Amino acid sequence: MRLSWSDPRLRNLVWQILIIGAVVLAGWYLAHNTNRNLEQRHIATGFGFLGQAASIPIGESLLSYTPSVSTYGRALLIGVLNTLKVAVAGVVLATVLGTLVGIARLSPNWLLSRIAAIYVETVRDIPVLLQLFFWYGLLQTLPPPRAAFHPLPGVFLSNRGVKLPTIAWHAAHFWALVAFLAGCVLVWLIGRAADRRQAATGRRPRTWPTTLAALLGLPILVWLGLGAPLHVDMPALHGFNFQGGISITPEYAALLTGLVVYTATYIAEIVRSGIQAVAAGQWEAAGALGLPRGLVLRRIVLPQALRVIVPPMTSQYLNLVKNSSLAIAIGYQDIVSIADTTLNQTGQSIEGIAIIMAVYLTFSLSISLFMNWYNAHIALVER
Amino acid sequence: MSTSIAARPRPAAARTGPIAWARANLFNTWWSTALTLALGYLILRGAWAFLDWGVIHAIWQVPQGPKGPNTDICRAAAGTGACWAVIGEKYRFILFGFYPYAQQWRPAIVIALFIALYCISANRRFWRKELALIWIAAMVLIGILMWGGVFGLTLVTESQWGGLPITLILATFALALAFPLAVLVALGRRSTRLPAVKLLCVMYVELIRGVPLITLLFMASVMFPLFMPNGFDVDKLLRAQVAITLFAGAYLAEVVRAGLQSLPKGQAEAADALGLSYWKKTLLVVLPQALRLVIPPLVNTFIGFFKDTSLVLIIGIFDLLKSGITAVAEPAWQGFGNEVYIVLALIYFAFCFAMSRYSRGLERELDRARRR
Repeated sequence: MRLSWSDPRLRNLVWQILIIGAVVLAGWYLAHNTNRNLEQRHIATGFGFLGQAASIPIGESLLSYTPSVSTYGRALLIGVLNTLKVAVAGVVLATVLGTLVGIARLSPNWLLSRIAAIYVETVRDIPVLLQLFFWYGLLQTLPPPRAAFHPLPGVFLSNRGVKLPTIAWHAAHFWALVAFLAGCVLVWLIGRAADRRQAATGRRPRTWPTTLAALLGLPILVWLGLGAPLHVDMPALHGFNFQGGISITPEYAALLTGLVVYTATYIAEIVRSGIQAVAAGQWEAAGALGLPRGLVLRRIVLPQALRVIVPPMTSQYLNLVKNSSLAIAIGYQDIVSIADTTLNQTGQSIEGIAIIMAVYLTFSLSISLFMNWYNAHIALVER
Repeated sequence: MSTSIAARPRPAAARTGPIAWARANLFNTWWSTALTLALGYLILRGAWAFLDWGVIHAIWQVPQGPKGPNTDICRAAAGTGACWAVIGEKYRFILFGFYPYAQQWRPAIVIALFIALYCISANRRFWRKELALIWIAAMVLIGILMWGGVFGLTLVTESQWGGLPITLILATFALALAFPLAVLVALGRRSTRLPAVKLLCVMYVELIRGVPLITLLFMASVMFPLFMPNGFDVDKLLRAQVAITLFAGAYLAEVVRAGLQSLPKGQAEAADALGLSYWKKTLLVVLPQALRLVIPPLVNTFIGFFKDTSLVLIIGIFDLLKSGITAVAEPAWQGFGNEVYIVLALIYFAFCFAMSRYSRGLERELDRARRR
């Protein structure tokens, strides 16, 4: 390297040092201000508050929690789980609804495709927060528990949410679940064996009886063998509220509905363009080979459409997870809501926001990694 | 001539016309027929229910009582008819928030200015350097109208602003301020000779895109005061504007980067061969072509910000959504949220739908021009 301004490498080096230096300087200035401000306001630093007892009332939680006994750490963990509860259900339901609407938009039935188009075009142009308020307001107008809608036995719809009957948990159910998972593995093995037979002899053995037996027969046998325990916990009205059963709170229901209805419009467009991206010749060629329509969709069109669908779908899933942070507006206690209460109570706003950011970055990164893996898995292998 | 008449294809007239169209598109199979009938029934029922609620049994006006409007007839009709009177009574509050009543012509002009600005920017005849000047002039004019304090206009501080102008200001200023930032970040992210700058840009974009907007708004509302030296205070609206701008910058940077990537390499190489410097190459050859390509996705990203500005209500800023909600928080009007939500949804929808229509038309037009 010559020590001359006309050497581009030297110029680049100097520019980079200047820019990085400016960023470091700005960061140091902000950190210095922050330290002084924290000292003046007597705000503690560090994550010691995680072990302190939290006085946050939490309405719904997957873990046991007692206000002013349990710690902030536990409260935040509950928040993370509540976010996950909405995110996982939201991603699954939005994918199902979005795919159905996307296919409906391509339907030869004019009325169906028009309705799907109107749904997509209107709902995606209205802010999701407004939609959340709308759904929450709608659920608030339901009658009180005493006059609850009662469409099916054990199902109650009221302004306290939805009550559903549940099966009392028993160890036998756990073993039946294990048997079901074992059945899934078995089905996969049977499928592989059938593939090998087909490759060797050109004829695929009949697999559905064994598949059915492995998926349904095995768990039922285990359940019967362990004494077939079954006790349905029916919700019933006691005084002013319901007891028994499981409940879906109005906050959760409104958040989930809003996110699913909104995100499904984007997913529908992705699915539609994915299917349209597959050339018509593919359908025709498969038809010419005599493949039935279902098999054409499953074996020819969908694998090709998925390649177009998966990358934009990833960003929609990320959007759904990020939009779940709007829970705070309607009072569902997700991680943002609980971290916000925490930082208001402790005054440690930097730590609180750092926790929120860390949680969402972890979610985003995990979804991106998984979807990238899946995308690589289904990508066209080019020589 | 052995073909019988029955075997010949039917004349064209029988294959067109409404009946043939319906047969082909609504009743072509028994399954399709069943679907059409079921959907048609549901649509007619839904439309009738809405007409019944929204028009036939709706209440358009309420009498004025001694303590403001008397909403008893609305309450009596709750559930059977809409109370559109709430809109008539409250539309100025929904549109302008707590802006002084006598001065509300100013935000009204601001709204008109914004719409005019969008229309001018949408016109391809104005796509040149002068457009930047128009934007700067419009933004200065909007600032003067909103704040006042000069030319005989009374001063109105940001804490009194509200309603639709806030939504438009947050979205539009975020776009205008984030755009230059986004171009720089996109160029930085593409640079091969400045690895440290590239790393910085990647970190900025990925960090912002990985977290929800609400975290940035929280940072602006609770962390920003800690960052600043003592006694230095910035208004909440401005802080939210900074947060949305930084957020917009990361998303726009990705849009611009896509445009830079889609430009054929030969363009940059040809500029290099002519001996142009980096900035001349970028400003005269690369950017004019790349930015033209990204206008449709840029508009789509803008639609996203436009909707996302509604999040500022969580940190207590009076945007359109918040003033709508506040309008029905008053005891007299409590319970008429759905009517207000419908009107708010229509306002958001009108803006977003017009923009998305425009972006789609433009995409088709640009696509055609490129293929030619």
